[in-house]
Amino acid sequence: MELICPAGTPAAFREAADAGADAVYCGFRDETNARNFPGLNFSREELGEAIAYARRRDTKTFVALNTFMRAGHEELWYQAAADAVRVGADALILADFGLMAHVAETYPEQRLHVSVQASVSNPDAVNFLVEAFGAKRVVLPRTLTIADIARLARQVRCEIEVFAFGGLCVMAEGRCSLSSYATGKSPNMNGVCSPPSHVRYREDGGDLVSELGAYTINRFPREEAAGYPTLCKGRFDIADARGYAFEDPASLDVMGEIDALREAGVCALKIEGRQRGKAYVGEVVATLRKALDARPEDRPALLARLRLLSEGQRTTCGAYEKRWR
Amino acid sequence: MDARKPTLSLGPVLYLWDGPKWRDFYCRIADEAPVSHVVIGETVCSKRLHFTEPFLVDAIDRLESAGKQVILSTLALVTLERESHYVRALVADSPYVVEANDLSALALLEGRAHAVGPLVNVYNAATARLLARRGATSICLPPELPASSIDAIVSQTPGIAFEVLAFGRMPLAISARCAHARAKGHIKDNCQFVCGEDPDGLPVKTLDRQSFLALNGVQTVSFTCQALLTELHELAFQGVQRFRLSPQDCDMVAVARLYEDVMAGRMDAEDALQRLRQAYPAAPLSNGFHHGREGAAWIARARNIAHGAT
Repeated sequence: MELICPAGTPAAFREAADAGADAVYCGFRDETNARNFPGLNFSREELGEAIAYARRRDTKTFVALNTFMRAGHEELWYQAAADAVRVGADALILADFGLMAHVAETYPEQRLHVSVQASVSNPDAVNFLVEAFGAKRVVLPRTLTIADIARLARQVRCEIEVFAFGGLCVMAEGRCSLSSYATGKSPNMNGVCSPPSHVRYREDGGDLVSELGAYTINRFPREEAAGYPTLCKGRFDIADARGYAFEDPASLDVMGEIDALREAGVCALKIEGRQRGKAYVGEVVATLRKALDARPEDRPALLARLRLLSEGQRTTCGAYEKRWR
Repeated sequence: MDARKPTLSLGPVLYLWDGPKWRDFYCRIADEAPVSHVVIGETVCSKRLHFTEPFLVDAIDRLESAGKQVILSTLALVTLERESHYVRALVADSPYVVEANDLSALALLEGRAHAVGPLVNVYNAATARLLARRGATSICLPPELPASSIDAIVSQTPGIAFEVLAFGRMPLAISARCAHARAKGHIKDNCQFVCGEDPDGLPVKTLDRQSFLALNGVQTVSFTCQALLTELHELAFQGVQRFRLSPQDCDMVAVARLYEDVMAGRMDAEDALQRLRQAYPAAPLSNGFHHGREGAAWIARARNIAHGAT
């Protein structure tokens, strides 16, 4: 299976390529991709240099153009696609049908991957995108069990990539407006979720309170480490229950299921984390590379040290395990 | 400019209502509500289908007899094999127009006239035109879209009847995991249909007791209620053809009449807003998405007056 690794900066890109990534994915420094954060991402020139660097190591480069084109401003996305093709992207990762149609018509030779943001969760949907746009690979949403993936893989005519490590969306990706409900900025339209521009921390009665827009997302007593207020990972009150209503602040880690995923028909494992620094990327990629190449009995020891890097140091198999639902 | 006057449509009941309540609701809509189109059928969770299925045929008959155009809804999230089977059978057998709420239904409906629901990501005219070429005849745009996007899409996509969510809690997210069941000590696979205890959604408050969201099974909806009333004339001027009312647990006939009165120029929008707050006191009103702001915001305004009676 291929290991698909994140890069938010040219330095992280080189780190990932050196550490054994089969492919590195990245985006331009604007709203055309779903990690549109200050200080992240690539200029056209940086992407060209990164692709050249990757080629020398036999590593592929995937360019994410995985937000939805803002009506009346489609040219920004069309230009990004043109530039990514021109500098030699091995694949474009797309979510918007309009953009998929444009790429399929304008660059018929260009390899097209379906982003997780397209929310393709069943065989009929996959085959639609294969037939309509010639999609070669689909990144599945984190809503499926391994058994669901295996069943889907048998019925589709394209490659399957899944998330294996890193941040975890509890909601079906590409179909969530929670962030914009609180802040006006969304993954689909602006490439951001729970953006730092709308985050505030304040002290209140010995607690540290984290806020997103006008809303309290969490409260941390002094003895508890404070986390970033990602909306769906906050603590809320529902009737008499208080707690993590949607998802605990845990990271996804299904590297213990490598063999099951391979048998299910998965061809590529994706690491989340374009917002992470190069040290994190280097460590995670190197370790997962070793784990992929290791014998199953040697994997647990390799993977144990990765847990220390995970958000809240707790991990979950998420939807890959049935009881998560 | 399309000279056709916009009409009202009723979206599917997103919540789990017991069968008799659901049936009685549609009987009253058929008899009394000034809506031209009614989208009907389970949209949120495939586990709920058996609650309303025994009443579906009668409800549709009643609506058709009353002259309503019936559109069958489909599931918003299709992951299980039985869910795929359900959508395939519904698309294959339906004598009615079907509304696609996920990509599987969209795929299966190619080549025949169909509707596209607000849960399919249509953010630009390129996408809308693509869907039109595949057979879509109407598109209800996602609630997240600002007015500028609606205007651009509608003006650049001839041949599609565009619809905008004008009333109801906004669908914000859907998950394979059921937060509603979990809040009541269950998991999805053994949920005991506890979402049926909350026919208008289960409120989610922040730790500082701010009303924030509401749970509806695997779906998360806004706590606030989208209310586009002062915006109706401008949207009609831009060519929007239908305004969708999403059922809440309140007098939806009264809600529909308020919208009808505003559209017909019989009632001032500001008066209608006051009455709307009385008709649905459970949630504050919001229109932030439409004005390019956070969705929960309420933007009071008067600048529609220029288009007053178009």
